[in-house]
Amino acid sequence: MKKWFMPAVIVCGLMFAIAPVLIAGAPYESTMGLVQKIFYVHLPSAWTFLLAAIICGVASVRYLFGGAARQDRLAWAAAELVVLFGAITLVTGPLWARKAWGVWWQWDVRLTASLMGWMVAVAYLMLRRYGGPGSDKLAAGLALFGMANVPFIYISVNYWRTIHPTTNVVPTLPTSFGVPLWFSAVSFLLLFVLLLRVRVRLEEQRAKLDAMYLSMDA
Amino acid sequence: MSGFSRTVWLVLRKDFTVEVRSLEIAYTMLFFAVSCVLIFAFALVQEGRAPEGGAAGILWIAVAFAGTLALGRTFERERQSETLRALLLAPAARPAVYVGKLLGIVALLLAAEMLLVPLVALLFQAPLLAHPVWLALILVTGTIGFAAVGTLFAAMLVRARSRDVLLPVLLYPITVPVIIAGVRATAALLQPEMDAAVIRFWLALLVTFDVVFVTLSLWTFEPLMTD
Repeated sequence: MKKWFMPAVIVCGLMFAIAPVLIAGAPYESTMGLVQKIFYVHLPSAWTFLLAAIICGVASVRYLFGGAARQDRLAWAAAELVVLFGAITLVTGPLWARKAWGVWWQWDVRLTASLMGWMVAVAYLMLRRYGGPGSDKLAAGLALFGMANVPFIYISVNYWRTIHPTTNVVPTLPTSFGVPLWFSAVSFLLLFVLLLRVRVRLEEQRAKLDAMYLSMDA
Repeated sequence: MSGFSRTVWLVLRKDFTVEVRSLEIAYTMLFFAVSCVLIFAFALVQEGRAPEGGAAGILWIAVAFAGTLALGRTFERERQSETLRALLLAPAARPAVYVGKLLGIVALLLAAEMLLVPLVALLFQAPLLAHPVWLALILVTGTIGFAAVGTLFAAMLVRARSRDVLLPVLLYPITVPVIIAGVRATAALLQPEMDAAVIRFWLALLVTFDVVFVTLSLWTFEPLMTD
C-alpha cells in the first residue's frame, strides 16, 4: 500500500463521522423542512457517480484502442463504484421525491439518464462476471457505447418535461447550507478515491499472481 | 464494384442464401413477434377495447424483442463450425463484414415489420397505414439504429459465455433512445391530427443516432473482433 493510504483512510473516517453533525446543525430549509437534508448525501453521491462513470468510460476507450491492462483494471474498478454510488443516488432521490413531489419516481431527464447509466454499469459488471475469457475488450466496447448514449437519452427525455432542481442552485447557496454540502462532497470524493485505489490494487495483485502461476508452468 | 461494397454484397448474399434455404430465422422470428403482440393484447385490452395510444408501444416492443431473437440466431449460426472466424480470417475489410451483416439483419427486421404493422393496425384499431411514407421513414431509421448496436454486440458476444442472456442485457439499455424516439414518433403519427413538427424532431434524433452508432460500430468492430 502507498504511504498516503492509511492516513487518508483515517481522515475519511473522521470526515464521515463529522458530516452528520454538520448536516444536523445546518438550518432547516423553509419549504421542505427535514427532508431537504437528504440533499447533503444525494448530491455528493450523484457527483461521485458521474465522476466514476467518466473515469470508466475514458479508461475503457483507452484500453480498447491499444491501452495497457492498467486502463482495464481502472475501468473495472470505476464501473463497480458507478454501481455503488449510483445505487446511493437512486435510493436517496426517490426518498426525497416522495416528500417533495408526492411521487417516488418521475420520468424526468436526469432521473432517466441516471437510471440508464446505472443499468449500463450493471450490464458491464454482468458481462465481466459471466462473459468468460475475452470479456474485458467487450466490456470496454460496452462502456464506449454507454458513454455515447448519454446525450441521446438526455435529448429524448428532455423533450418531455423536467421538474428536477437544476445545479444552478449550488453556487447561490447560503454558507449555512453550503458548508455541510461541500464538506460532504469532499468526504464522498475521498471515499471514492480510496475505494478505487483498493479495488485497482486488488486487480493488480491478481494479475501479478496470474503472471507468477504462468511463469511457474513455463 | 470496389472491394468494400463487393465484400458487403458477398456477405449479404451468403446470409440471404443460407436463410432462404431453411427460412429458420424468418419463421421463428415472425411467430415470436406475433406472439408478443398477442400477449400485449391480452395484457392491455379491457372490455374488448384497446387502450389509447398503445399501438405504437406494442409495435416497437415486438420489433425490439423479435430483433433480439434474430440477432442471437444469426450469430449462433455463424458460431457453429466457426464460420465467423473463417469470415474474419478472409482477406476482406472488417467494417465491410459488419456492414454486410447489418444489412442482412435490417432486411430481416423490415420484412417482419411489414407483417407486424398491418397486424397491430388491425388488432388495435390504429390508423398506422394512414401516412405510409412517414411510417416507413420512422421504421427504417429506428430499425437501422437498433440493428447497428445489435449487430456489433451480437458479433462480439459470439466469443463470450452466456451470450444468449447477455445480448438483451447489454442491448436494451443502449437502445433506449431508439425505442423512445420510435414510439414517440409513431404515437405522433397516430394522433387524429398528425403533428409533423413532432415527427420531424424524432426523425432527426433517429437519424443522428444512426449516424453516430454506425460510425462507432465501424470504428470499434476491428478492435472488438480481434482476440
